[in-house]
Formats: sequence, structure tokens, C-alpha cells
Amino acid sequence: MNNPYMPIPYILKSTQIETEIDTTFVFEANDRFIGGQFMQLSIPGVGEAPISISDFDGDTLTMTIRKVGRVTDRLFAMKPGETVYMRGPYGNGFKQEWFKDKDMVVIAGGTGLAPVKNTIDAFVSHPDDIKSLQIIVGFKSPRDVLFEQTLNHWQKKVPMIITVDQGDDTWPYDVGLIPSHIKHLDLTDVANKTVIVVGPPMMMKFTTLELLRLGFIEENIWVSFERKMSCGIGKCGHCKIDETYVCLEGPVFNYTKAKTLID
Amino acid sequence: MGYELTQHQLNEYFKALGSDYLLVGPIREKAKGTFSDTDKIVYGVFEVFEDLVLEEKAFYSPKEFLLPIRETLFHFIDGQIMEPKIDTKPILIFARPCDLNGIRRLDTIFLKNGDIKDAYYERRRNLVKYVMIECTGGFETCFCVSMGSNVFSDYEAAIRFDGNQSLLEVVDPTLITEGLTQVTVRDFVPKYIHENDINVNVPSMDKINNSIFEHPLWKEYTRRCIACGRCNTSCITCSCFTMQDVEVSDDGLLGERRRVWASCHIKGYTDMAGGHGFRKQNGERMRFKTMHKINDYHRRFGEHMCVGCGRCDDVCPEYISFSKCINKLSEIIKEENHE
Repeated sequence: MNNPYMPIPYILKSTQIETEIDTTFVFEANDRFIGGQFMQLSIPGVGEAPISISDFDGDTLTMTIRKVGRVTDRLFAMKPGETVYMRGPYGNGFKQEWFKDKDMVVIAGGTGLAPVKNTIDAFVSHPDDIKSLQIIVGFKSPRDVLFEQTLNHWQKKVPMIITVDQGDDTWPYDVGLIPSHIKHLDLTDVANKTVIVVGPPMMMKFTTLELLRLGFIEENIWVSFERKMSCGIGKCGHCKIDETYVCLEGPVFNYTKAKTLID
Repeated sequence: MGYELTQHQLNEYFKALGSDYLLVGPIREKAKGTFSDTDKIVYGVFEVFEDLVLEEKAFYSPKEFLLPIRETLFHFIDGQIMEPKIDTKPILIFARPCDLNGIRRLDTIFLKNGDIKDAYYERRRNLVKYVMIECTGGFETCFCVSMGSNVFSDYEAAIRFDGNQSLLEVVDPTLITEGLTQVTVRDFVPKYIHENDINVNVPSMDKINNSIFEHPLWKEYTRRCIACGRCNTSCITCSCFTMQDVEVSDDGLLGERRRVWASCHIKGYTDMAGGHGFRKQNGERMRFKTMHKINDYHRRFGEHMCVGCGRCDDVCPEYISFSKCINKLSEIIKEENHE
């Protein structure tokens, strides 16, 4: 049986604690991926869940995961050398050709940074592929900041706003919700800027509204959706919105399409 | 090839088929009804004509022979992953045109939605052949004619049950048993129902847009629907499922992964880990289901998903009628377009 549900073993290589509830897991993997795609990660007998790919380099596959359910609870107890199971990758991902030679803005909120991390990394390390790059990342509080080292690296290379909804005495960067910072970007020739927005549903809603208010064009906005999925291959029905299957046609959508997707 | 069979000959034919096929049709489950001492009509294995129930509609559709309510996908045994074997005896499903059209919708979802075929569905599907039960009268809640699913032509055989003069058309030569060569040959072309008691006007797709999502119509269903999911379980075309893992030994070495039927009406259908979900109101779920059945699926695959079998109306404990819902929606859309 050519079984699309057959999970394949992946060995956990290392882990990096990001926050109290988020950890980055690095697995041995030489498959080909596109940033923004997802895997169905499972632990036999415990469960299976869709998880975004945050990075890959030909030898490893990296996922930054929040401890929020049965599968992730068990995953967080695992040690390097242990095996998890996955199938995929699924979904379209952020296709590099959409962004070639564009003035890019990437806006990510919270764990929404994970699915877009590889794409930002590619922009930062191959600046000639795009015209320019600006970044806004936002977190709830200083305790929720992900990829601290990577953020520092990006910050040295490109204009970047790092903000938290609520700061504390030691927080050195910006404070306030992401939409309130968009106007601080260099908005020269805004109608020709291309933007990627990834984050929680409310953050994406208010961010895209603010982008449109500031003159960004709908066609130039790309968003990534997160939905419940049991199959990842267009059968289980959970991620369907109108005639669209997020697992097949998404999870990355152009805003002209995304704005019509009402759950 | 057409045949006329007495009841005895029909039973002899069933007996002969039974050695090669599991015969599945609408049968009576004694005392399994909703209320005490009532029966339930379901699709199940039968042997003789007398087992079949033709004067009532089956409460459930035959879909569970292709998509079991709970299907084990993997056995996990001490680090090994094993695919369970299934009974490979071919199945002959006796069903009416609405259900056979419904199974075609299941084929579409599992075999044609996206590039990847569902191997579990396909291996069961490949075991199944269809005998179409001629249906010219329908039942109280049927609206197959409005949905265009009163006719089905892709059957292996068709039958008109009529006492000692039952008529059989066999298209698939492997269903011509030796016994059949002894019975009267008579041409038979099955007839179809051309008018139901219920007519449904499906709103034209080019008039439907997201503005209808805000209509108070759906709030009515928030008040009435109790989100029991019976409409989904009885529907021949509802195909959603959820993955479910279980550990069956304390050491975690034995377990299995199953898929179980899911219902878009039941709480939690869209919930993600972390708790975020969509469509909290029961009326929003009714809207989602309605749109899928008479709009979304058509936009994707070129025909409506709903086949008008009317089972959702039969089983709803709140007496919500799907055909009335479609007609109400149609009226609202007409009014909004000043027609």
C-alpha cells in the first residue's frame, strides 16, 4: 500500500530552550523543504499534529514548538538521540520567486516567527535576491522572545523593530502592539513594497488593516494560516474554508485570497 | 443482460453471489432504534431477499463500508509500525441512486482532492461493486431530483424488487452466475424518480458571497441546533475524520493510530492545540455545513456535494430541515438581489 499516512522516523539531534514554553528541536533530516511548509509530527500512541518548519539546511530540520498539547507535552520530555515520527512536508510555503527583487517587509508575531524564520534568514544571507528588507517582530513580553541570537544577527544586517506588548525595566527595545509600529518603517514607495505577515489571528487581522491604511497594496501582502489538520493532504476536512483547503492551497496565501477566507 | 426472477430464483442468485461477495443492503436491526422496542434500518450484511428492508429509508448511509466509523491506520508494537490487514472479500452494495451518487462524492474527496490518494479508502473502494436498487417513489424527506442525484449510471447491476417478478440488469459479466443462465431473459432498464414531494431551489452560486454569512438566518440555527452531529453521521457525503492515537499498554510500547468520523457541528472540530478555534456558534456551523454541501464543493469539483437523501432531516432531534434551510437561503438571496 502506497500509504501517505506512514510516519517516518526522525532522530532528535539537539534542543534549544527559547522560553518557558517554547523550545527549538533540531532533527536529522536531508529532505528538501520550503520555508513556511509544515510536517505532521507524531509520537506513536500519543498523537499527531501539524508543526511548522522553522529551518533546514540539508542535514537538519528545525522546528520551534510551543508546549500546548498531548503531543508537544511528550515531545518536550524527549532527549537527543530519541526518535519522533513525521510525514510531509505539506503546503505551499513561502516561494522565493514571489519575493525576488522586491522591497520586502516581514512582520511576525510570537511563534509566528518560526514558520517565516528560514525565509528571513534567506533574505538576510542573500541580500541580492531581494531589493531591500525591513523586519518587525513582536512578542507578548521580554520572557517570550524567540531566537535571541538570530534576532541580534539580523539586527546588525537590516533595519528591524523588536517590540513587546508589555516591557519591563531591562527591556532595551520597543514596546507596543505590532500594528502601532508599522508607521515607523521606511514607507517610501509603499505601493511597491511586498510584505509577509505571520502571527496569531488577531495580530494578522489588525496588522493587515494597518498595512492597507498606510498604502500597502493587497496583492503585495502575504499571510500564513494556522488551522487544525488531521491529514495534511486534503481529506480530513478540518482546515477547509469555503472551497479552499489550507493544507493544499496554503498555508501561505496572498491577501487578495486570504481576505475572502471566512471560517 | 436482463433477467426476470422469482423470489426463489433471486435468493438462489444471492446465495451464489454470496460465495464471492459480502452482500450489503438495507436491513433491520431489531430493537436498536432510538426508542425502546423500535428497530433501526441500517446498511448491513444480508443473505436473502427477506432480510432486506425496502419500504423504509435506512437511518445511516452505506458509507461505513468504505469509511469505517473508526479505522485503525497503524498498530504500534514496540517501535514497529504495522498497517492492519482488512478482510479482502469483495463487497456488493445494494443501494439507491442517491447513495451511489454520494459514494462518488466520497471517491472525489479521498481520491481526487489534492495530488495524494487516500490509500486506506482506496483499498476498500477497490473491493466494492454496486447493485443499484431502482427507486421510483422515494421517501418523505427526499429531494434527490432537485440535487440531480436521482439518476445513476455507473452501476455493475441494477434491480427492481417486485415479488416473483423481480427484474435484474447485469452490466458486469462477472456477476452473471451459472444459475442466472436458467432464468427467464427479459430486457430491463431501471426507471428513476422524477419528482419528490420536496423541491429544493439551490441558490445560484454566482449570487452567493460572504455577505450571507452575517444573515440572521444562521442565528435561528444557533438557537435550534444542539450540535449533536447526527446530520453528519447519517450523511452519505460527510467524510471528515480526526486522527486519534491510543496507548494500550502502560509502558507505551503497544498502541494504535486510528481515524474516527468527525463532525463540523460538534464542539472542537476546529480547535487547535492552545485552544484557538473557529465557529463557536452552532448557527455558524450550520452555515459552514450548508455552504459546503451546496456551494463550496461545487466550486471545487463541479457538482453539488448534497445528494438530497434527506437523512439529515430524518435524524435531527430538533427537527431542523436541511431542505428548508436551502430554500430559505435561496429566498434570502433572491430578495437581496431584488429578484
